[in-house]
Amino acid sequence: MTARQGPLPTAGPMRARPPRLLLLAGVSACLLAAANPARADIPLNYLVSAGARANHILPLTWGVSIISVLVVITLSGLLLWAILRRRGGPPTRTFDNTPASRGGDGLRWISWGVGLSSIVLFATVIWTIRTVARVMEPDEEPAITLEVIAHQWWWEVRYPGAMPSQGFTTANEIHIPVGQPVRIRLKGADVIHSFWVPLLAGKTDVIPGTVNTTWMTADAPGTYRGQCTEYCGVEHANMGFLVIAQPRPEFDAWRRAQASSAAPPARPRAREGEAHFKARCGACHSVRGTGAGGRVGPDLTHLMSRQTLAAATIPNTPDTLARWIIHAQDMKPRSLMPNIRMPEDEHAAITAYLQTLE
Amino acid sequence: MTDDTADTPRVPLPVGTTGTSANGWYGMWGLVATEGSLFGFLLFGYYYLLFHNTGPWPPDGLPSLRISGPGTLILLASSGVIWWAEHHVRKGRRAVGALIVALTLAMGVVFVALQLKEWAGRPFAFGGTPYSSLYFTITGFHMAHVVVGLLVLLALLVWTALGYFDGRRNAVFRIGALYWHFVDVVWLFVFSTFYLSPYLLR
Amino acid sequence: MTEQRRVAHIVHDNAALADHLHALWERPHTLVGWLSSTDHKDIGRRYLVTAFAFLLLGGLEALALRLQLAKPDSTLLPPEAYDQMFTMHGVSMIFLYAQPILSGFANFLWPLVLGARDMAFPRLNALSYWIFLCAGIFIYSSFLIGAAPNDGWFNYVPYAAREYNPGPNMDFMSLGIIFLGISTTIGAINFVVTWMRHRAPGMSINRLPIIVWGTLTASAANIVVIPAVSLAFFLLWLDRQFNTSFFAVEAGGQPLLWQHLFWIFGHPWVYALVLPAIGLSADAIPVLARRPLVGYTPVALATVSTMAIGFGVWVHHMFATGLPGLSLSFFSGASILIAIPSAVTVFALIATIFSGKPVINTAFLFFAAFIILFVIGGVSGFMTAAIPVDWQLTDTYFVVAHIHYVLIGINVFPVVGSLYFWLPKMTGRMLGERLGRWNFWLMFAGVNIAFLPMHLTGLWGMPRRIYTYHAGMGWSALNMITTVGAFIFAVGVLLLLVNIALSLKVGAKAGPNPWRAGTLEWATTSPPQPYNFVVIPTIASRHPLWEEDLNDTRHRSHVHRGYELSDHHETIGTTTVDAVPDIILKMPSPSLTPLLLALALSALFVGLLLHAWWVVGAAGAAILAVLAAWLWPQAHLGERLEESETAGAGS
Repeated sequence: MTARQGPLPTAGPMRARPPRLLLLAGVSACLLAAANPARADIPLNYLVSAGARANHILPLTWGVSIISVLVVITLSGLLLWAILRRRGGPPTRTFDNTPASRGGDGLRWISWGVGLSSIVLFATVIWTIRTVARVMEPDEEPAITLEVIAHQWWWEVRYPGAMPSQGFTTANEIHIPVGQPVRIRLKGADVIHSFWVPLLAGKTDVIPGTVNTTWMTADAPGTYRGQCTEYCGVEHANMGFLVIAQPRPEFDAWRRAQASSAAPPARPRAREGEAHFKARCGACHSVRGTGAGGRVGPDLTHLMSRQTLAAATIPNTPDTLARWIIHAQDMKPRSLMPNIRMPEDEHAAITAYLQTLE
Repeated sequence: MTDDTADTPRVPLPVGTTGTSANGWYGMWGLVATEGSLFGFLLFGYYYLLFHNTGPWPPDGLPSLRISGPGTLILLASSGVIWWAEHHVRKGRRAVGALIVALTLAMGVVFVALQLKEWAGRPFAFGGTPYSSLYFTITGFHMAHVVVGLLVLLALLVWTALGYFDGRRNAVFRIGALYWHFVDVVWLFVFSTFYLSPYLLR
Repeated sequence: MTEQRRVAHIVHDNAALADHLHALWERPHTLVGWLSSTDHKDIGRRYLVTAFAFLLLGGLEALALRLQLAKPDSTLLPPEAYDQMFTMHGVSMIFLYAQPILSGFANFLWPLVLGARDMAFPRLNALSYWIFLCAGIFIYSSFLIGAAPNDGWFNYVPYAAREYNPGPNMDFMSLGIIFLGISTTIGAINFVVTWMRHRAPGMSINRLPIIVWGTLTASAANIVVIPAVSLAFFLLWLDRQFNTSFFAVEAGGQPLLWQHLFWIFGHPWVYALVLPAIGLSADAIPVLARRPLVGYTPVALATVSTMAIGFGVWVHHMFATGLPGLSLSFFSGASILIAIPSAVTVFALIATIFSGKPVINTAFLFFAAFIILFVIGGVSGFMTAAIPVDWQLTDTYFVVAHIHYVLIGINVFPVVGSLYFWLPKMTGRMLGERLGRWNFWLMFAGVNIAFLPMHLTGLWGMPRRIYTYHAGMGWSALNMITTVGAFIFAVGVLLLLVNIALSLKVGAKAGPNPWRAGTLEWATTSPPQPYNFVVIPTIASRHPLWEEDLNDTRHRSHVHRGYELSDHHETIGTTTVDAVPDIILKMPSPSLTPLLLALALSALFVGLLLHAWWVVGAAGAAILAVLAAWLWPQAHLGERLEESETAGAGS
């Protein structure tokens, strides 16, 4: 009946020690790497926070992380102890020389383990519910309520005005005043997207047919990266946006500038470019003050005031702008902006015109 | 070599597919559980879309019970009829049993006919609104189950007529009848949802 | 036949009886014999092989993804290909590997551990396998036209709707999963009825191995929740073909209805993917630790209560959808407290090892690793259960790390451990220990190198389902580490395959009980005879074969002396709680009807996919014909009277 199972380890404890140390080392390294706050090179890091709403969530995030790491370390230790501890009997146990036996009671493990776990779990439930209640609504009335409409694969942003003429539409870049809560109404134009600025707030899905609302506050001026975080099609990877927090006076100035229509271009080449633009691009894009009123793509009235193009996919420089017009599909494949073939002089004129849209 | 020891039961055990010890009986209950859940989720969809609906529901006014009412009564009565048939089959009366099964079958056919007439009379097409989508899908699912039930009844009719069943061997009949009862109970829920709840939720 | 009642005699097993049973139960070694087999051991093996094939396919898809993500701004895979790869990776692993592999073990083991000759419905058992194979091929055939499903394994609308996804990709998915669901549901009903009726006398409800509890719980849940996903996909299919308005926003449909229906299925489903595997571990670890399981009753209750609570947590997949805070809080609380029954099992297993005398072989290493990987996956789940934290974590690579720890840790590792433990019973040959060590350490290192840093990748904000990322996001190094880990893991899996191949060719002979274990399957030969047991044993404890070693004087099971049931295919039926014999069950002979029905159903689904309604009609007719043949009452099974008996029956 007996069968060979092959060689068994002769030095059990030595062979099994590495994983415990590796595990500890790995976890510590990850923690140390993560604990370094305000890593500008990790724009979507949420182990830090920069606004009231995210600030309230952060302790809970760290709390459950630390609890988790401690649980893993403790249970790894218990398991290794259980395997490696010294017992009597033959130096190398086999199935034949170690018949089944009753062993000790063992139930105490379950009582203690489950008892301690339950306390931690219940405490977490309470902490969670309290945090939810804390962050559902801002403490003060929002300074402004914006509308964000998520499209495949860009963000339309609408600012209200005291009068309709003072409202405006922009794209992929949201400016907010520092230190004041901002409410955002989220609408979907096509499929489900998700609106997320990790440093300022958790994510809220954008669901067509419903209006979800979120709010955020930025503690300090700066540029905060946002990203779509619900798979929405082939270019989901390239659907970012920026939230730029400015002191109130600067924010107001930005807003006034954005509300104005585009000034007619002075230089002849740019005027020529405006005519070409209206013919080629007006079906999809709008520039207030010209006849171009397309709603398929972003409003370009103040294109040059934005830091990025194509939903935070590429920086907004003269070169990338020029390339984007004729090679959009190479830079963001399957986006709704096609590669537009046009003569080189037309291309240069349109680029020159766009550069006047401050 | 037989070795009956004192601690073993010497009770003769039934052999084969009998009564409520048959595997098939429990299997059919499993089918009832899963199909019943399916209808549960269909009705969940109904109430979910109703809850989120803006505008009147049903869109074309309160449903009439002129056709569905009698149809419901016929279907529910057919459960009683098949139960009556089972009673005769267990007594070994195959001709009478077969006849009553045929009656059940006929009642089922009438129900389907009435349902189709109800469908034809609907002013809306299949998919235009959530309500119309739900109506045809849910009553359609039920009708499909009824049609399967009619095939089951047909099989029971044939097998009864062939003399397969009596007081000892009737598990197959009871299992088939269970399916028919299930179809009728489901209709109670579907009917209440589509035809009665609009009046209550008005 | 047609005797109404019979006394089942108790005899000693003997060679003459064994030969008689062998002649009765052995199926012919022809192609038709192979195709018509209803033997649970054949079906179990087929499930294992087929599920493993899908694991390898899903693994190749994963390696393609990892190659694409190893570096930023990579152009290895265009976005459409990437989207199909990540979707099919998920579909293959979650639908075509993780559940069927457990069906494979459960199918093979259940009648053996229960002391029965087969499952309650042998032909349905064969049907569930054939449908699984056909549905898997159906879904994978979409690759042949470059139109594999592409909306992730949870297929959210509106992106899955025809308007945004006009190709046939999502039709393959919708119909394929509905088709597969038939297999899973049939299998689930089979397990539940087998549990109720097919046990050796004396195997009362508190003597069942934990694999039985785990599979039973998963099956009972599946019976009730698979209709939710089948319905969701059916409604999606209707929206796509016939412009119905279940999910279409312009007409008043609700995208969240999809999410509710899907996750009401989806959450119990993921417990169905792990509870049977936990059961396998909870049966193997005691053998390897040389003592009965600590806390059998708490572990059995924990299994059931995990699933029960698991019905009430589905909204935790929807925390970011804008639902009211009060309802979210309920689901969050349940999602955190569900860790309590898991803790019961983890501590029971550690206690068993601690107070036992473990023999550390490859199987043991896999099961021990399962415990710690379970804990890691469990705590990351605990983190996502805290709603505000989930608002940051959800849809990032943190969740990807979580799901891989729970699926690889609580499904794959127990599965591989179970291969080392039970393959000798199935094939009669041991796997190699030296190669096994390499296999284990490479897989263990690989999974931790790939997925432990991934928690940080997620905490640093990398979203899911992106085909590439920019160099300035801070994720490049972590992604490269994960890719390296994935390939190390793959090499480990390769070694497993090599080990199995070598074992089949030159492995040491296993004998009936190489582990000196205590449960019934080890009382049979390796591999078991077609009829499993010469006589049906009578059971008096949880470990019939350990009663002597444990000095159990109060309980004496009898394995070599039991019920003689040798009139064609027979087994004994017992009551559910106390396992008192109450019927002699006649089992059907091998049959081609399951295969034929699966083929007819395949034709039906292909017809629906192609809108070829005449094919649908023809397939429907074929289905009815096969069902009529299958269900026609047969006298030798006791389903009807014999001709001689009906002749005299009057009106």
